[in-house]
Amino acid sequence: MQEIKNLIMKDIILEWRQKYAFNGMVLYVVSTVFMCYISFKLKTNSIEAITWNTLFWIIILFSAVNSITKSFIQEKAGRQLYYYQIAKPSSIILAKIIYNFILMIFLGFLGFFIYSVFMGNKAENLWLYLLSLTLGALGFSASLTLIAGIASKSDNTAGLMAVLSFPILLPMLSMLIKLSKNAMDGLAFSSSYDEILVISGIDLIVITLSYMLFPFLWKS
Amino acid sequence: MRKIWWKFLAAGLLLYSVIFGLIGEVPRQPILNETIRNVYFHVPMWFGMMALMISSLTYSIKYLRQGQIQDDVYAVEYANVAIVFGVLGFITGSIWGNYTWGDPLPKDPKIIAVEVGLLIYSAYFVLRGSFEDEQKKARLSAVYNIFAFASFMPLVWILPRLTDSLHPGNGGNPAFGKYDMDSNMRMVFYPAILAWILIGVWIASLRIRIKLLNNYLQENI
Repeated sequence: MQEIKNLIMKDIILEWRQKYAFNGMVLYVVSTVFMCYISFKLKTNSIEAITWNTLFWIIILFSAVNSITKSFIQEKAGRQLYYYQIAKPSSIILAKIIYNFILMIFLGFLGFFIYSVFMGNKAENLWLYLLSLTLGALGFSASLTLIAGIASKSDNTAGLMAVLSFPILLPMLSMLIKLSKNAMDGLAFSSSYDEILVISGIDLIVITLSYMLFPFLWKS
Repeated sequence: MRKIWWKFLAAGLLLYSVIFGLIGEVPRQPILNETIRNVYFHVPMWFGMMALMISSLTYSIKYLRQGQIQDDVYAVEYANVAIVFGVLGFITGSIWGNYTWGDPLPKDPKIIAVEVGLLIYSAYFVLRGSFEDEQKKARLSAVYNIFAFASFMPLVWILPRLTDSLHPGNGGNPAFGKYDMDSNMRMVFYPAILAWILIGVWIASLRIRIKLLNNYLQENI
């Protein structure tokens, strides 16, 4: 437990010291939202509810892929070897997942705030929408962290990351869009239990698998 | 002879299912009419694909547990043949859909699921292509194979049941077995499934043998 806490603290401190990477991620979200604002809202002055929702999730998906890609390539191979000596692989992956989860929660909520400022807030049941955002952040961070681990071993990390992660995230993304559509229609929590259950199930599967499979990645 | 009996079984069953699939009695359904015979060819492709994907998965797990490179060869070749079966199922399905649903690619969760599945396995081969070192390639692609399979399953088995689908057995539509298929059809349908699974395993085993022999030659010459 202490080990995981230390590793998370290490990541946070590292991020804090090199602020440019973090600022880059924030700027990525902001400028993407702004681009959508320019191309949708300013041009036609209206956006359909479904487009609004899908666009938001695509922005979140891209910023997630973009920010989690660097989980394992940001530090040099020598330092990775050092962690390999002093920490268990299972605590490394858990620490990375938790750290990326915090990061995704932050980016997602920030993105949602900016998005609703620019594009208007269409979510009637705000709490359900934020719940779907949280579940999405959890699923994205767990699956993307493992895939970042795989992709970081190759030379073409960024390209491989997109190719490997999009098909895997698709089932989750389609469920999330469905759940957040329910939230936009202002349906009560009780009518979306099915979706919440399925997404939590997928999240659980993804976390368990990352936890089990990461030790094999770490060895190479 | 002891070990190849299942190849004769596969060939025999396939011959049986093709002949009786085309000349056997089938019930006349409103829109389906004679196209219902496609059940003998379209559906077994999916069963074959699932069986081959599960074999590929088991060999990936086995590789991670024991680290023998030949298990990796097994996993790749099963995945290869699974893709071929997936593409064939896709084609037979869209021909069928063209005449019954009036559209080769209607909006349907099962079709989306299989498209995603093909994407996942294509990504698996892209991943394999990007590494030189054999052990590294094998280990990383085994990890991806397991991970991809686990996230592919909810897409195929759970999501279509939550949304509306044109396929039987989903979204309130009754499954084929419930009322369309009579006992005549079942006599052909079940052997056809078994035949196609066996054929898939046969093709894969031939490819595995070729690959293993190639590896052997490269190491010894």
